Amino acid sequence: MTAMTLFEKVWRAHEVAAETPDTPAVLYVDLHLTHEVTSPQAFSVLRDRGLPVRRRDRTLATLDHSTPTDSGQIFGGLPIRLESARKQVEQLERNTSEFGVELIGLRSDRRGIVHIIGPELGATQPGKTIVCGDSHTSTHGAFGALAFGIGTTEVGHVLATQCLLQRKPRTLAINVAGRLAPGVSAKDLVLAIIGKVGVSGGTGHVIEYRGEAIRSLSMDERMTVCNMSIEAGARAGMVAPDETTCAYLKGRPRAPAGEAWEAAVEAWRQLPSDPGARFDREVELEAGAVEPMVTYGTNPGMVVPISGRIPESGGEVFRKALAYMGFEPGQPVAGKAVDVVFVGSCTNARLSDLREVARILRGRTVARGVKMLVVPGSQQVKKEAEAEGLHKVFLAAGADWRESGCSMCLGMNGDTVAPGKYSVSTSNRNFEGRQGVGARTLLASPATAAASAVTGRVTDPRELVP
Amino acid sequence: MEPIVRLRSRTVVMPSTDIDTDQIIPARFLTTTTREGLGKALFADWRYDSDGNPRPDFILNRPESQGCAILVAGRNVGCGSSREHAPWALADYGFRAVISTQIADIFSNNALKNGLLPIVVDEATHAWLLANPGAEIAIDLETRSLALPDGRTVAFPLEDFARYCLMNGVDELGYLLSKVPDIERYERAHGK
Ligand code: SF4
Repeated sequence: MTAMTLFEKVWRAHEVAAETPDTPAVLYVDLHLTHEVTSPQAFSVLRDRGLPVRRRDRTLATLDHSTPTDSGQIFGGLPIRLESARKQVEQLERNTSEFGVELIGLRSDRRGIVHIIGPELGATQPGKTIVCGDSHTSTHGAFGALAFGIGTTEVGHVLATQCLLQRKPRTLAINVAGRLAPGVSAKDLVLAIIGKVGVSGGTGHVIEYRGEAIRSLSMDERMTVCNMSIEAGARAGMVAPDETTCAYLKGRPRAPAGEAWEAAVEAWRQLPSDPGARFDREVELEAGAVEPMVTYGTNPGMVVPISGRIPESGGEVFRKALAYMGFEPGQPVAGKAVDVVFVGSCTNARLSDLREVARILRGRTVARGVKMLVVPGSQQVKKEAEAEGLHKVFLAAGADWRESGCSMCLGMNGDTVAPGKYSVSTSNRNFEGRQGVGARTLLASPATAAASAVTGRVTDPRELVP
Repeated sequence: MEPIVRLRSRTVVMPSTDIDTDQIIPARFLTTTTREGLGKALFADWRYDSDGNPRPDFILNRPESQGCAILVAGRNVGCGSSREHAPWALADYGFRAVISTQIADIFSNNALKNGLLPIVVDEATHAWLLANPGAEIAIDLETRSLALPDGRTVAFPLEDFARYCLMNGVDELGYLLSKVPDIERYERAHGK
């Protein structure tokens, strides 16, 4: 047998029909996640054509993008402010009940951002194919699943047939040697990777993150890395399952249990890429050289170490980005005054992220004039954070503590940054207008976000907490 | 889907690289539950000022851009979100093709499913197209080539199955449904 990569093993095990020169592969989908924004038109197609959902047990729906994050709006009190958002939420409630699909609804204590609750429930597992009408589905690859975002038409395909038509992507190994230095996080690592590979460097590829630095990451950290694979243009990022993966999944509500658990673990052990397996491309990186990173431009590849300066020159896109951001070439990013700090999103709103923020905020306060929003990734994260008293640290510091959801990551639910204002955000996209019309977003780690909230300026967290 | 074999139109040029789907259609327009009518939100933040008036200097608002069905964009167009609202908005506005040297994967997939042709050309052709906005281009799926006004023809890649579906107006869901016996066999064989 030829040596196979993790990706090839998962791909092959899901081929209902292999690709030919004339036709793409028919690929089976084990788990289909869906949310209110990218599903309504797909359910409409089913309805128009009189089709049922083929495997109701393999689709899981939740509400996260357009939902409010203030408890008054979710748990009674005020109605959802945005009329169109309310309609969209009701539409998913109607669609899931009509088609018999499970919905983790607005008031469920299991609700949260779709890419946070899949792993949390143990529904995300090694070796699975997982899709969602959402580009950050790449997050689930942290478990050794093949997970990627699809469009709404494809959401309809999966609902109707549990399959997708796909051409086989190429593979890209990103080998990260060594260990991250103290005070440097997985978010800094993935920003450094995107800085190196470029925002389109992964196009057409599935990334496998490998090497000692990746092995030593927790599951939360691996999810942060895989989450941003799409920001390098790759639809999917994967990490081979190991003891860390199994330890995370064991005992989760939807993970296999008893004998099934043993069998599953045995199967997962077969998944890692074989020695000598070949990738179409390989990129090498030294973890020890990575510093806390921060973006200065309007895509995640426009990134520098926090101690660094914005490049002196660049092309038209660079100039346009700087004009949008209100930055000068050669300017240091550290020290820039900030208006908003957002801790949240499927990149960095898990419990470990919130602990990191609390570690820096404890005994300190958010600088005057800075608005800080802490939005847990799920209601479970919220509960666990409150059990540890983290929310008290946030509130004492003067931050806002919210219900879970995508919130200011994409500003669909009314949580937005005002035009021209600077936001340090733990999310994944600094595109023009992503956090609100005219908003200026600097992507960074939870620690950098917290440190910047305290000083009111872009701050290296190692200055506050060694 | 309407079959599409040939397309002839003048081009609109937006040379920026990395035009992401948040620019093509900002998130606040995604609370819709239908796919119609998104053309008016296309490039909303570039196209309109804060009072909602068209910005006269934005390319789509200029008289010479009216009626153009081909968008020539900088490298890596369509990166970012998986929102199919992006090709819906482009198609609803009246675009039938997007040309670049690199087109993001999910966007490209989504475009194909909506009869919007994602056409990847070589650097030299791209440079020519960027330098000649408004040029009349003919795209031919039969020969997988586009003809420039100076008579040159340039080949572009287009996957066989996608091309077949576009040219025959085949709906991929219908094709997948025809595979149901195979899907059932797969489910049985793999205990799914
Ligand atoms: S948190 Fe942001 S990136 Fe993640 S699913 Fe929500 S909107 Fe998308």
